[in-house]
Amino acid sequence: MSPFALLFLIAGLGLIAWLTARARAMRFDRGGAKRLHSLPSQHGWYVAMWTVLPALLFLAVWGSVSPGLVREAVMQHPAAKQLPAFDFEREALLGEASRIAHTPGAKAFDPLAEQLAEPTRAAEKRYGWTGTAAAILLAFAGGAFAFTRIRAGFRARSRVERAVMLILLVASLIAILTTLGIFLSLLWESLRFFGQVSVFDFLFGTHWSPQVIDPADPGASLGAVPLFWGTFFIGAVIAMIVAIPFGLMSAIYLTQYAAPRVRRWMKPILEILAGVPTVVYGYFAALTVAPAVRDLAVSLGMTYASSESALAAGLVMGVMIIPFVSSMADDSIAAVPAAMRDGSLAMGATTSETIRRVLLPAALPGVVAGVLLAVSRAIGETMIVVMAASGAATITLNPFESATTVTKQIVDLLTGEAEFDSPKTLAAFALGLTLFVVTLLLNIVALAVVKRYREAYE
Amino acid sequence: MTETAPAPANDTGHKMSAKNVNVFYGSTQAIRDVSIDIDMDHVTAFIGPSGCGKSTFLRTLNRMNDTVASARVEGDIRLDGEDIYSPSMDVVQLRARVGMVFQKPNPFPKSIYENVAYGPRIHGLAASKADMDGIVERSLKRAGLWEEVKDRLSDSGTALSGGQQQRLCIARAIAVDPEVILMDEPCSALDPIATAKIEELIHELRGRYAIVIVTHNMQQAARVSQRTAFFHLGTLVEYGVTDDIFTNPRQERTKDYITGRYG
Ligand SMILES: Nc1ncnc2c1ncn2[C@@H]1O[C@H](COP(=O)(O)OP(=O)(O)OP(=O)(O)O)[C@@H](O)[C@H]1O
Ligand SMILES: [Mg+2]
Repeated sequence: MSPFALLFLIAGLGLIAWLTARARAMRFDRGGAKRLHSLPSQHGWYVAMWTVLPALLFLAVWGSVSPGLVREAVMQHPAAKQLPAFDFEREALLGEASRIAHTPGAKAFDPLAEQLAEPTRAAEKRYGWTGTAAAILLAFAGGAFAFTRIRAGFRARSRVERAVMLILLVASLIAILTTLGIFLSLLWESLRFFGQVSVFDFLFGTHWSPQVIDPADPGASLGAVPLFWGTFFIGAVIAMIVAIPFGLMSAIYLTQYAAPRVRRWMKPILEILAGVPTVVYGYFAALTVAPAVRDLAVSLGMTYASSESALAAGLVMGVMIIPFVSSMADDSIAAVPAAMRDGSLAMGATTSETIRRVLLPAALPGVVAGVLLAVSRAIGETMIVVMAASGAATITLNPFESATTVTKQIVDLLTGEAEFDSPKTLAAFALGLTLFVVTLLLNIVALAVVKRYREAYE
Repeated sequence: MTETAPAPANDTGHKMSAKNVNVFYGSTQAIRDVSIDIDMDHVTAFIGPSGCGKSTFLRTLNRMNDTVASARVEGDIRLDGEDIYSPSMDVVQLRARVGMVFQKPNPFPKSIYENVAYGPRIHGLAASKADMDGIVERSLKRAGLWEEVKDRLSDSGTALSGGQQQRLCIARAIAVDPEVILMDEPCSALDPIATAKIEELIHELRGRYAIVIVTHNMQQAARVSQRTAFFHLGTLVEYGVTDDIFTNPRQERTKDYITGRYG
């Protein structure tokens, strides 16, 4: 039975369980009580859950165990003795056997795969049916168990409530566990990298040229400082020089000066800007801004100016971040109690004096937190730098020169021919881990600042 | 300036005088045809049930209603005979002359010193640091707060107790040497002891400034004011000497309100 049909069947069983249990609950002897603790449909839900959930749970577990069992069975076959010892080839053969088993009439390149196809098919069929039978049995058993428990005084309402709570909890844990999993895999690959290259060389080395790695001393050409500098220069300096003033000024205008009517259409437009796909900004940076910046540099007499300058990527990234800074600043200015503003105006201060002397200082922590979050977004931003920044790792203070970033290098390292054990590829994971940690720290600090600040006004 | 100009023909001799004032929020009218005179050596109390427009009217006196986009003020309000709503009136100057203390203490999140120095800085009242120190000390002394805070002027104003914060706000208001001080329920967020301190302070400030105080507390109005105005549904029902209003009100509505039979 196909997995889809099986799920359908279990859902059908659940529906039947719901209907039966509800019908039964409606006929309960109430024993004089005016109301049952639970509504008939809640009894229905209780039995339906017991029918469906254990079966699904079993199927989830079975789905991860059964390939192992199939493999075991195939290995018992005499032909399996001839399988090559080397992992990679053995996997390829078994994979091919499985493919032949699934597609009738398929031809094999390797006779051995042909021989193993039949046992594979048999084993898969056998375990498939075992799983199906067990799941259906479990559905029946669960349903029957629950059905015997419901009676007039049974608290199905509370049980269903608890089950719903559990389901929601699991759903919310999935995001957390996924993040944890990503972090652990990053950590794992990074540890392998640091087995070959010393942490010190990586974090403090100033020479980055992953194309030519000396096998005797890989650390010598995997010093990430130029990448850190480029990331910082583009994301935290150039982009912020654009984003902070403009974001702040637009927030001030929107909260303090704009008529409600203007605010009503301007704020959504700013928010739409935040939703423009970054690849569009990337085009803009690479095709429009970068040539213009280079021309400007050449006209300023810098003949060496790069068309992949730090300035072009940083400017466009800054524009991308403006709505983000603006909306954070807007929130924190709006959170300053109106009494502050009135107090200042009543002293005879003008609106701009009030903003400069009272509102901004009071909103500063929130603005700082917003800027930190903006920086963490900017340094993690990939598309713009992939399209507009350079691949050459240089340490420079001149924005017209080329600079590269961590994210750009990760993309470069992982695309192209990849050997998953080389220091070159593993370096991508170490870079990813560094970025992850820095971003995480920025976020934690920003959230702490925001929290402190909120408390100050409550 | 105004001192050198001849007194305008319509100078009534009152510190402030309002004639036929109407205030609208959008299309709803909050104040109807209110006329009232405020004098220098008096404390004037505004009383009346919640929502009757006391705050709204108070805020017309220093044009704080300008900060509410939907508010519109009609009528004639004069400070020393000068129309405060005329285009030639500078709001910045007006608010320096007519100070305001709010219901909830609202010190700025700055040091105590900076809170008091805020107004003088904006209006350029101090030529030197020593000048400013003098203004801060004098204002805090007048607000009765000096002894409590003189050793910690650099602490944050928000770290003070509620009553101290309110006196800080009063000090902040008098630091720019206003002529009129408007207080909108200045004690409603305070305990009885802090309230008594503020009332005492109002007594001391009387004569130096024209004071208008909005209050819900009849005893407070009776204790601190010499003139009382009773507002009801946006109109000024009765205005007169405080003792008369409380012992011998001419209007039935006033009597009902001050004896607590209102409702
Ligand atoms: N910003 C505003 N926008 C619209 N209507 C307002 C605004 N402020 C006050 N009002 C309305 O104007 C009327 C008078 O309000 P006001 O605040 O002046 O009353 P009040 O006498 O001070 O009341 P309280 O004693 O409760 O402070 C009320 O009906 C109120 O709803
Ligand atoms: Mg009020």
